[in-house]
Amino acid sequence: MKKLLNTLYVSSQGSYLSKDGECVVVRSEDGQKKRFPIHVLDGVVCFGNVLCSPFLLGHCADKGVAVSFLTEWGRFLASVRGPQSGNVLLRRAQYRMADDCESSAEIARACIIGKIVNSRAVLRRCVRDHGDRIDREALSATVGVLDDCTRRLQTPLLLDEARGMEGQAANAYFSVFSQMILQNRDVFTFTGRNRRPPVDIVNCLLSFVYTLLAHDIRSALEAVGLDPQVGFLHRDRPGRPGLALDMMEEFRAVLADRLVLSLLNRGEVRERGFVRKESGAVFMDDETRKVVLTGWQKRKQSEVTHPFLKEKMAFGLVFHVQAKLLARCIRHDLDGYPPFFWK
Amino acid sequence: MPNTLPLSALQHYMYCPRQCALIHVEKVWVENRFTAEGRLLHLRADSGVPGRRGGIAEDRAVPLRSDRLGLYGIADVVEMRPNSTGQDVPYPVEYKRGQPKVDACDRVQVCAQAMCLEEMLGVRIEQGAIFYGKPRRREIVLLDTDLRELVERICADIHVMVEERRVPDAEYGPACRGCSLKSECMPKTTKRVAQYIKKYLES
Repeated sequence: MKKLLNTLYVSSQGSYLSKDGECVVVRSEDGQKKRFPIHVLDGVVCFGNVLCSPFLLGHCADKGVAVSFLTEWGRFLASVRGPQSGNVLLRRAQYRMADDCESSAEIARACIIGKIVNSRAVLRRCVRDHGDRIDREALSATVGVLDDCTRRLQTPLLLDEARGMEGQAANAYFSVFSQMILQNRDVFTFTGRNRRPPVDIVNCLLSFVYTLLAHDIRSALEAVGLDPQVGFLHRDRPGRPGLALDMMEEFRAVLADRLVLSLLNRGEVRERGFVRKESGAVFMDDETRKVVLTGWQKRKQSEVTHPFLKEKMAFGLVFHVQAKLLARCIRHDLDGYPPFFWK
Repeated sequence: MPNTLPLSALQHYMYCPRQCALIHVEKVWVENRFTAEGRLLHLRADSGVPGRRGGIAEDRAVPLRSDRLGLYGIADVVEMRPNSTGQDVPYPVEYKRGQPKVDACDRVQVCAQAMCLEEMLGVRIEQGAIFYGKPRRREIVLLDTDLRELVERICADIHVMVEERRVPDAEYGPACRGCSLKSECMPKTTKRVAQYIKKYLES
């Protein structure tokens, strides 16, 4: 099994990354240098004004280390890859399947089922652990709505019907999301998703963590030779990683949302770690970003049992396993896509 | 033959047809201890130069090809040994690090090498050998009709499989344990995704 390696997140503005033998050297603006052996990395993520030498980029491409560039606030800019990896037959099969409405709807349905079942698990867990501090009734009612959605997803649906189900479930889930925020509810208010830019702290955190998730999923898809742009649920739109968005669905609640909630509930991020612009847009400061990145890395190292393979593995490896399972499904090695279910 | 395949495909196929398909259809390759050792061993062997041993000329890392079988590859060692009529005939010797095996996979490899040499040089080869590293002993391989037919049959099967780009289903068995492609193959996953999803939906 592939090992879970580290992702090097570089967020110090003005850093310069270069290659020295088998090491990545990070030189910060004040001249300080840090070295990281490349074989312990599977990704480099640069935030904002961070430069990389072409030789480092080439070496990373050669070693299969994904390098991505994001704005300082975490919006995806670009990524650098080596020659297209993997199997052209697989990608052609992917395109054929994406062109076929019925097959697309089947995979989309599996992704949505994964998303809803996992959102439901997050809500249930909250009712179980914090039943006395939340509006139990509202949460249980939402669990009921999600149950209803999953029931209706048990039979084959048209793509648009499946999408409708997803929207309904997402609305229900986010309508009670603020219930799961247990600390400083007056500061960490949440009345629904908003983005580009986020206008409250919770959305700012959610958007940022979704970006981290997208980066990792995209890398996993590319590593097995799938085209991250050609999705089944998220149809082609230039520049949008449709397939990465599809596969993110099953992880949003259990990985991203739960991380954000625990950062808020354990007081690891505070109000003063965020900056509010004139426009109302909210950004996090450097220190907060570091806290979030560390939390994300820790989550990926935590161990889970993969429900389909019944193997223990680091959570971060589940992305790779899901990408492989999807590839197997596309090549008809499996009779469907088994989403990851969290317990 | 529309496609030439490396000689090693024969051994992959005999080990597991799915492994062979993953390598030669899906182009999947994962290195483990055994493949790494084998690669290093050959790196050293392949740097060898022609020489003589005990009056017998030998050539190392000999490129081979058969258009009829659709194979190409490299023989570890080809000796020139006189046959019954006193004529020097190539004699392929394959080096293996481990123990002699009970199944035919090593013998198939030597036979396929010999059949390549026969086609390239227009000669008839009756014998080859396998040198096993563990007992440090040579086993003679008689290239009889049965073995040759086996080689032909396996070659034909592999070519059909690769042409059709077919990857056989996994069958979990003892061979899976030592297989470097296990994590790619996922031999325990069965085609029962619908049941798996149903179970979690209802929980």
